[in-house]
Amino acid sequence: MSPDALEVSNRRRKSIRVDLQIIADMIEPRTRVLDVGCGDGVLLAYLGTFKQVDGRGIELGTDGVKACVSAGLSVIQGDADTDLKDYPDHAFDYVVLSQTLQAMRAPKEVLGHLLRIGQRAIVSFPNFAHWRLRWYLVRNGRMPVSEALPYQWYDTPNIHFCTIKDFVVLCREMGITIERSVSLDQRGVTRRIGAGAFFANLLGEHAVFLLSQ
Amino acid sequence: MTVPRNKTLTPQEAPSLPGHFVHFGPERPLRLDCGVDLTDFTIAYQTYGALNEDKSNAVLVCHALTGDQYVIGPHPVTGKPGWWEMMVGPGKTLDTDRYFVLCANILGGCMGTTGPKELNPATGRPWALDLPVITVGDMVRAQAMLLDHLGVEDLFVVIGGSLGGMQVLQWAANFPERVFAAVPIATAGHHTAQNIAFHEVGRQAIMADPDWCGGDYLSQGKRPHRGLAVARMTAHVTYLSEASLHRKFGRRLQDRKALSYGFDADFQVESYLRHQGITFVDRFDANSYLYITRAMDYFDLAAEHGGVLANAFRGTKTRFCVFSFTSDWLFPTEEARKVVHALNAVAANVSFAEFISDKGHDAFLLDEPEFRRVLSGFLEGAAEHRGLPRAIP
Repeated sequence: MSPDALEVSNRRRKSIRVDLQIIADMIEPRTRVLDVGCGDGVLLAYLGTFKQVDGRGIELGTDGVKACVSAGLSVIQGDADTDLKDYPDHAFDYVVLSQTLQAMRAPKEVLGHLLRIGQRAIVSFPNFAHWRLRWYLVRNGRMPVSEALPYQWYDTPNIHFCTIKDFVVLCREMGITIERSVSLDQRGVTRRIGAGAFFANLLGEHAVFLLSQ
Repeated sequence: MTVPRNKTLTPQEAPSLPGHFVHFGPERPLRLDCGVDLTDFTIAYQTYGALNEDKSNAVLVCHALTGDQYVIGPHPVTGKPGWWEMMVGPGKTLDTDRYFVLCANILGGCMGTTGPKELNPATGRPWALDLPVITVGDMVRAQAMLLDHLGVEDLFVVIGGSLGGMQVLQWAANFPERVFAAVPIATAGHHTAQNIAFHEVGRQAIMADPDWCGGDYLSQGKRPHRGLAVARMTAHVTYLSEASLHRKFGRRLQDRKALSYGFDADFQVESYLRHQGITFVDRFDANSYLYITRAMDYFDLAAEHGGVLANAFRGTKTRFCVFSFTSDWLFPTEEARKVVHALNAVAANVSFAEFISDKGHDAFLLDEPEFRRVLSGFLEGAAEHRGLPRAIP
């Protein structure tokens, strides 16, 4: 790699969000990845450049889709709640659902599809049991609004919030194996999620799970 | 084996048609879907740009119902710019400095490729209704023969809108190994009942014209201009949207201050449609209109694959990019989505975007900068995967 290219790659490396970096680190090179709710394609572009993955995306927002396709990424305009059923079983090595689970109409069904379509699923979501949100609710008696969750209750796309503990319980109920799990606080410090998930549930602003069936 | 270009053309038109022609003799028959072997036929085509050394930069543009191979103008009959001049040319989205762009007049057409107005070698008279019914599959197989003739093994991109998009899908289904990337625009995996219905109105208008002469008008020195014009007027409405008609014309009157209380073209929209009809008959053959609309009606890619559209694409390695437009009610986004869902079902490499436009079905032919920008991005990505050199910024 030329010094220029290296500098570009370092810049790109820095520009990717911490939670996306955690997801990217869970993915083996040269695999097939479907990114559900891929936004403007930051993760897909990163995985394509640095891990040579064969990446695809689904995105609901038209601006995101156009940004992705304009950047040469294979992304369809679609709705995870309705479009995942079309994909065949085990078509991908990984299916990623990043910061989107809480916006699904039927998150449990979507989770089932992720692990049907992919050998593994990687799911990240904001933890509604983070201490700041708990404190906000206790102190103000109103739905928490924070930097990570900037919406008012009436205009939020996030209709199915859960906590890290909730998610762990759901995985258990669905017979899903949690291969790895990481929580992330607002300073970007990561923490392994333990068996009871007590500390992660209190201190983690976001969580990332690597799952298999 | 390029023939003298006037060999299969009617005497009036042959000298004025520029471009390339290839003739396939009796030893190279084309087995049509209707079961008949078409022998002795010609394909007229245009090329723009140059084929690179490893023949990896060929782009096939598939034209729509009333389009032709003259993607870039001036059009030899009308003198107007080409139908996709906006898209194709040096430095444009389909950059002829980088790509070898190829467009052939479709089988059944009327701009030099064998169609009902060309001479039937067996009789020396125009084919008229003796020409077997042509399908989209036939059009695509004829194009494949053209590629064989040109020594082009596989295409970097096959692209087209409407009927052109049907050809793109057919290409991807029939010759997956010859299509690196496919861009079906404003199209569908089958022609809907509503679309067949509109085509039938057009055909009936042509056939109701006494000058149609049971299809034999060329031999009798007549032209069913009135019928063809009405067919075009009906079809033209389906290419627009209520919003675009309202924006362009509203209820404004044509060259008058008050209603005439008669049946002259009081409204601008009437005058516009009449103009569309009248200018169309100068450049299009009525029987061609019958054959090509029939080909579109017959198009049903799922039916060719056991009723499951996904089966048409099983195992495909082609990179797809499907586009639709919000106000297109002839080929609505819902139809595009069916194609996308079928491609998802075989885990194909597919992109899909819908563009906001009030220009109806015709949007793909018009100035839609966002559409061109996103398409450029897709082509850049595909070129990178193909190992083609990047655009010079």
